Amino acid sequence: MSAVLEVRNLRLWYGTARGSVRAVDGVSLEIAAGSVLGLVGESGCGKSTLGRGILGLLPEGARADGEVLYKGRNLVTMAPRELRRLRGPDLGLIFQEPMTRLNPLLRIEDHFRETLEQHESKLTDDAIRRRSLDTLGRMGIPPTRFRQYPHEFSGGMRQRIMIALALVLRPSLLVADEPTTSLDVIVEAQILRILADLKANFDTALLLITHNLGIVAEACDRVAVMYAGQIAEEGPARDVFAEPKHPYTRELLRSTISLETTELHSIPGAPPNLITPPTGCRFHPRCPDVMRVCPARDPIETRPEPDRRVLCWLYGPDGDIPPGGTEPAERERIALAEEA
Amino acid sequence: MSGNGEVLVKVDGLKTYYSIRGSFLDRLVGRTGAAVRAVDDVSLELRKGEVLGLVGESGSGKTTLGRTLLGLVPATDGSVEFEGREITRLSEHDRRLMRRRMQIVFQDPHASLNPAMTIAQAVGHPLEIHGLAKGREEVRLRVADVLERVGLAPAEQYLDKYPSDLSGGQKQRAVIARAIILNPVLLVADEPVSMLDMSVRAKILELMLALKHDFDLTYLYITHDLATAKFFCDRIAIMYLGRIVEIGPSEAIYEDPKHPYTQALLRAIPEPDPRRTIPRDLPRGEVPDAARPPLGCSFHPRCPKAFEVCGWESRDLKELLERRWAGMEEAGFEDEQASVGSLEPLDDPATHARMPGGAVKAILDEARAEDPAEPFWTGVRRIESADGHVEIDWHEPVAPRLLPSGQVEVECHLYDEEALAEAEKRRRSGIPR
Amino acid sequence: MAATAIERLHRRSLGIRRALGPIAEARGMARGMLWTGAGITLVFVLLAIFAPVLSPYGFDQYQAGGRRFAQLAHPGHGHILGTTVQSTDVLSRIVWGTQTELEVVGLALAFGLVIGVPLGLIAGYFGGLFDRAAVLFMDAMFAFPPLLLAIVIAFLLGSSVSSGVLVAALAITITYVPQYFRVVRNHVISVREEPYVEAARALGAKPFTILRKYVFFNVVQNVPVIATLNAADAVLTLTALGFLGYGVQPTQGAEWGYDVSRAVSDAASGIWWTGLFPGLAIVLLVTGLTLVGEGLNETINPVLRKRSIRRVDFAAPSLEPSTEILEP
Repeated sequence: MSAVLEVRNLRLWYGTARGSVRAVDGVSLEIAAGSVLGLVGESGCGKSTLGRGILGLLPEGARADGEVLYKGRNLVTMAPRELRRLRGPDLGLIFQEPMTRLNPLLRIEDHFRETLEQHESKLTDDAIRRRSLDTLGRMGIPPTRFRQYPHEFSGGMRQRIMIALALVLRPSLLVADEPTTSLDVIVEAQILRILADLKANFDTALLLITHNLGIVAEACDRVAVMYAGQIAEEGPARDVFAEPKHPYTRELLRSTISLETTELHSIPGAPPNLITPPTGCRFHPRCPDVMRVCPARDPIETRPEPDRRVLCWLYGPDGDIPPGGTEPAERERIALAEEA
Repeated sequence: MSGNGEVLVKVDGLKTYYSIRGSFLDRLVGRTGAAVRAVDDVSLELRKGEVLGLVGESGSGKTTLGRTLLGLVPATDGSVEFEGREITRLSEHDRRLMRRRMQIVFQDPHASLNPAMTIAQAVGHPLEIHGLAKGREEVRLRVADVLERVGLAPAEQYLDKYPSDLSGGQKQRAVIARAIILNPVLLVADEPVSMLDMSVRAKILELMLALKHDFDLTYLYITHDLATAKFFCDRIAIMYLGRIVEIGPSEAIYEDPKHPYTQALLRAIPEPDPRRTIPRDLPRGEVPDAARPPLGCSFHPRCPKAFEVCGWESRDLKELLERRWAGMEEAGFEDEQASVGSLEPLDDPATHARMPGGAVKAILDEARAEDPAEPFWTGVRRIESADGHVEIDWHEPVAPRLLPSGQVEVECHLYDEEALAEAEKRRRSGIPR
Repeated sequence: MAATAIERLHRRSLGIRRALGPIAEARGMARGMLWTGAGITLVFVLLAIFAPVLSPYGFDQYQAGGRRFAQLAHPGHGHILGTTVQSTDVLSRIVWGTQTELEVVGLALAFGLVIGVPLGLIAGYFGGLFDRAAVLFMDAMFAFPPLLLAIVIAFLLGSSVSSGVLVAALAITITYVPQYFRVVRNHVISVREEPYVEAARALGAKPFTILRKYVFFNVVQNVPVIATLNAADAVLTLTALGFLGYGVQPTQGAEWGYDVSRAVSDAASGIWWTGLFPGLAIVLLVTGLTLVGEGLNETINPVLRKRSIRRVDFAAPSLEPSTEILEP
């Protein structure tokens, strides 16, 4: 399958009074056409910055470097005007809070009209209506409600409308940033169902950003685990969940409380501040498998299996580990409450 | 783990209604707004030393129930007995005294601490309020003690910090410290971990379990998350639209969920298990408006197993038509909408509807033929065209009751012999009048 | 004991530093406005305090050593800013006028805060009938043009209160109370719903304890901004009152507005100094106070506040891993 979007060694830093925050620091990813890639990690790992950065939506004071390749063009160096033209018809975004993104004074109909007119000015009124109703129908919104206002819809319905608004332009990639966080379990599952079926219905690829591993397991083809601005591990969701390679992935899975949980587990400490992240492997202060090499040298990405990538010294390359480097190192003591 | 049998809290027929203000015009003509039945006739017991989970989606009334117990929201009707004493109608003074015995931990740790108070001031304030410590130094000592107990150690590091200097997990620990500094017997925990990162939740839950043991606490754990509740609770009460629909020991609920709603909730939880996929048979729609609950069983419009007596009515017909149209080509839907006309008359809940135009019957017949398994049709008693109109009647609902079934109590007609018999009777006698 | 006292002092100073933090961190435009405004205002405050020393003559002095000053003397030696038609020294009137302006404005602000803030707190927190009545009353006050209201009050009080400064201060107070009330009340209504206020109720705190310890500090943050902006406005109201003859009476003290009104007729005959200098004083003081207010607003108000941004340098020294861990 060909990649719809390719990220190569992307860095997104933003400057603060205390120094540069390395929110995204050397990330490489590929999203295959029509596939769902899950991006997981604790809060403060740079997930959202990466998701927005791919679309060129960065806060003031941020700088990007590296490549985001879409249809052979690098979005990082693209002029803002051109990038704006791509956003919508090619690259869509779904936010966490649907209500704040819908204009309370505009009918649903007007939202669709505005979106379509902006990007596809040739459409007739009739075509706009047909396309909007068709997209809404596939999201389960009845045509009788096309002329209602946002406040007349429930939370789940609003999120469906938001998704329809993004899909009506038929983008090739949709970035969804925690799209179900404010929704109830059953509604969340309904929305995930819709997102997981995007390929079948719209042939749209999806980058699904979430902190909920359960969501990734059920809705994603591949998963990228992010820690402190870097991709710790990437691979097919099934394989990664069945047999996590990176200690962080493993610990994250263990600390998730699910129906199968029989004993509580947690990762000591908190994600590091990204102005002065730990040296070497950024996870080493919290890692139960820490070795002597971990704090001393930056880990090198390896492929323990053909389709999987890991950023961890446990998987070599052995040639780069100095003698004695694989001996276990003592983990720094972390106070009980030093947590997120 | 479970309680020693002594009843600490006894809730009986508790109702908490909020009146919603009508529109400006309504008020002008003196019409009062409708009431939201946030808690609608709930009875339960909380035994000393147990953890009771109150589980439901937003809008289920679980939070209001917790607040009514604490007297933060006035009860509309019914009683709450705490340590054998009726507490819904206490004087302000007595209520303040009672507050030493029951405390609450809120969902959002970032908002439950006063941003203008240091941790020492915030956690120590309950002692000052109730005059339980002499002088600042004693307050400070006791605060340091309780901070260390909740894991904020060494306490000196946290005493003079402001909430904005702490992480979410640390704030929640401070909130818990503030709640237990008065040595309460009951702690209402309203989604205490849902705003925290996955990696921290376990730590806070572990802390709460340890505190329960050390301080002999009883918990009312309010949550939407059946996964943490499974781990944390001795008993579970599932709430839907202000009512308890299923209550019983945790193991029983998780092993053999009886109510279709409980079953749906359990199925919908995303599990970090790659062998699972998102279920396709999810209940449709969302929790309805508590100001205008469905007739009969509140869950019937979403229930895959609903039948004759569950409360089918006019609003269900509206939803059926809307669902049908959402999946249709534009032309088809416009034709049908033209012949059905406005759906607004169906908004008034009734078991009888009269719709203009003879075409409606054909549309309904077609819908029925397309999906005969749709539970809606079990509730339809008769559809008849008469002089240009279509008359639709539904079976009268039977009010659901919370009845014992095995180890649990469940409020569902599927487990109510009388309701099943009544449904059978209607099925046989049913059709035309 | 001494140690704990020092500790407590230290803790308190931490609190103060925290409260003043945003001001110290203010950058760019906001910082410039804040400090320029503060500088100008400080000059006027010093003028007012040291008026007896700095002013060459009394505010209504028209003679010295038995010799009457020249009428409408040009600015120059003897009278740096010239004299008026009544032979008073323009510079002296401006310096003494500063005292009057600041006294009136300070009193008016104090009254306004003392009345408006508590009323807003109580009405907002308890709601009910009192709230409705207070809102109705304050809105009714809002409906009047502030100057008109001030004139009416000054007129009513003028006969019974002897101190001109007090009359003017009260007249101005009345026009600003509704503002404090409204801002505080609306803010209280939103703070009242915060979980930490509900938590305080759950702890068993009495309503007034909640108001004092939980609501007050989170509500008053906006007040300094309004107060300084109002101070600027109050200077204008006071001088307008003076200009119209309803303010501080000429026998009671120097007042810039009054001076400007006397100078109107001078201007036609080419006598510019009697009007220009008091006018400039008004403009300067109002500008200074407005700059402080707007500067505060931009630093305190989180919506307007800009986080200080430094340029990102990708070439910054990379993180140096220490190799010593590798050595056994």
